[in-house]
Amino acid sequence: MRWVTRGLRNGIVTTRYPARADNYGPGYRGAVAVTDAAAASEEEAEALCRACPSGAIRRRGARILLDQGACVLCGRCVELAPTRVGFAPSVEVACTSRRTLVVPSSPHPVAGASQSPIRRPGRRRWPFRRSVHVRHVDAGSDGLEEEEILALTNPVYDVQRLGIFFTASPRHADLLLVTGSGVPGMVDALWETYEAMPQPRLVVAVGTDAVSGGFLGAGGVDRFVPVDVYVPGSPPSPFSILHGILLAIGQLQEGDGG
Amino acid sequence: MIGWEEGTLGEQVEYVEPAVFADAIAEAVEESGSLAGLFFFGDADGQVELRAVLADGGDLRQLVAVLPPTSRRYPAVGRLVEAAVRYERLATERFGIEPEGLPPQRPLARPTLRDGERRSAPVPGLFALPYGPVRSGVFESVEWVLSTRGEEILGLFPEVRPKRRGIEQAFEGRSPEEAVVVAERVEGTACIAEALAMAGALERLSGIEVPRPAALARLVHAELERIATHLSSMVRHCEGAGQAVAQARLATHRETVLRLRAALCGHRFGRGVVVPGGVTGPPMASPRDVQKTLERLEDALSADLDLLMTTPSFLDRLRGTGLLHLDEVVTLGALGPVARGSGVSDDVRHNRPTKCYEELGFRPAVASEGDALARQQVRVEEVRESFRLLRAVLAELADGSGWQWATRPWRVPLSPRDGTALGWAESPQGEVLTMVEVQGGRVRRAAPRPASFHNVDLFPAAFKGDIFTDFVFIEASFGLSIAGAAG
Ligand code: SF4
Repeated sequence: MRWVTRGLRNGIVTTRYPARADNYGPGYRGAVAVTDAAAASEEEAEALCRACPSGAIRRRGARILLDQGACVLCGRCVELAPTRVGFAPSVEVACTSRRTLVVPSSPHPVAGASQSPIRRPGRRRWPFRRSVHVRHVDAGSDGLEEEEILALTNPVYDVQRLGIFFTASPRHADLLLVTGSGVPGMVDALWETYEAMPQPRLVVAVGTDAVSGGFLGAGGVDRFVPVDVYVPGSPPSPFSILHGILLAIGQLQEGDGG
Repeated sequence: MIGWEEGTLGEQVEYVEPAVFADAIAEAVEESGSLAGLFFFGDADGQVELRAVLADGGDLRQLVAVLPPTSRRYPAVGRLVEAAVRYERLATERFGIEPEGLPPQRPLARPTLRDGERRSAPVPGLFALPYGPVRSGVFESVEWVLSTRGEEILGLFPEVRPKRRGIEQAFEGRSPEEAVVVAERVEGTACIAEALAMAGALERLSGIEVPRPAALARLVHAELERIATHLSSMVRHCEGAGQAVAQARLATHRETVLRLRAALCGHRFGRGVVVPGGVTGPPMASPRDVQKTLERLEDALSADLDLLMTTPSFLDRLRGTGLLHLDEVVTLGALGPVARGSGVSDDVRHNRPTKCYEELGFRPAVASEGDALARQQVRVEEVRESFRLLRAVLAELADGSGWQWATRPWRVPLSPRDGTALGWAESPQGEVLTMVEVQGGRVRRAAPRPASFHNVDLFPAAFKGDIFTDFVFIEASFGLSIAGAAG
């Protein structure tokens, strides 16, 4: 009985995302953006490439290219060359094409830049009228992506309010969240789960490992199942994962908002 | 015996012949102490180094045997010391060595098929029902193999091999800074502890001590990690017991902890804070904000935990569930709350404390009943103790409206010399032990040993007439990191 009265004590804790953009604060490491791709010299560009532990930075001559899909947000490049790269606090880092994640040409502003969410009504490219049912498969994550996916159901994110439901069976699932890079022992299970889903079906790769393989280096889950939306991050925050889901079902579009 | 020598760091390292390696370990374990870890370092030419770490209270010593490329066999340690079996199995898979006398390994319930392979026949007479690795809900992948003979449930065996990533290889050739970034990926829910163990080993090889503010900041992040991870386990308990309000409130508190961590360092799990030689820098949030958030959180959380731990319908589900006896916990080398719930008082923060923990008079939380409730009680006490530590540390770190040392670096440069060293930390799941070999300033090989690697073996023992509806509580009370257990 006492829990009933305590339940009322919560007040309103639920976020209003996506109606209003929500971030974790100005210093949040949402993504690394390239602010000045032209390094002073080939040596400087090369130093940046070598500093990145996950091989996310490449160069063409003295121009640097950063793959946000391989970046683990460790911050070493930012420390080394704060005038060339910087953390963007944006949580809306998901995108539908793997290539979009290679920047420059990043849609994400860097720290300090103003955040002005402009939203267009989403074009429905997916035939879900009211709700979407989600299944998750861990294909070799380090365990944090699961924590963040699980957080989506807590009262703060409360994704049920948006008609997003987690389902026990792949047969009832419209959308598959895949974490981890697709380690050999999980490939069969991943494929079986995907195959068991009714068509049409969507796949969202959650986390840097799922997007690109991260440190394991062998590649991401799109080696095994077709991926509709990539959500980089190590791990991506609940907002980022939600952004990815909304993008996949056409409730949000790329370039919307922060 | 080949004799012994001082290790790189003055600790005792004893070299023995592979033929007597097992006996020497068994003798040491019998005399006093336990097998804290057994590490295998393989070379390209086929030589394999066997390094056993023996713990006697807070003291660690090593027994080392070298298996030349020409020999693949030695008498298995696992025949005499059960806690060694898991290590030798892994070594067999990785290096093809053959410890003699190990019981045959359980076949994979659903082996990954390679070209031309056929699924292995089930063990005769034993019916193994695999549940997972993909199952309902959001979980790390693990296959629960339910063994039955007729109607009798013999046990529930966790098969973690499908998830194995081979993270050890990712350390090879890394710089000290990179090695810590990789360590953060060994097991996500204990990423601070993993980073601290790796950094600790590298700092020991460099002969440096981290600056005081860095040591304090590390403690802050380690304890926040503990609170968040313990809350995850409690949320699962509440969910299983149908305590919807408690579940919602604890999940909300957990989110508060993660946002506080994001405010401190820009990352919800504190990745990027720990670097070899210290931490990246002072916290980004102001001391006042941090203290205020923590104060409010502690009040609300502590009241909720008080109520939860006096809610009969909650306690009834945990009481007597998943019982682990003291001797089982000791034999199999359980760590963390899984061990402390059954009367073992080992905690790295007490056995091998950093200066901060020592000064703050840290005391481990222990319960003796050995059931899921006891493990829950241990976690509740640990959360309370974490808040006490945080309060004390933040009071010292704060300097008016800013942080102490705000203008000085919170890290010292380091250059590890060649050699092998151990690092450790108490993760939410228990002791993390990491062995690192450095050559020419870079990590040549490293082997992290997460607590879950040990604890996962206790799982079958926890089923003593428990039924399937108890499963969720036993699983939550273990709080395993499958990534850590699988490697
Ligand atoms: S922040 Fe990303 S891009 Fe920069 S060094 Fe780290 S992993 Fe590489």
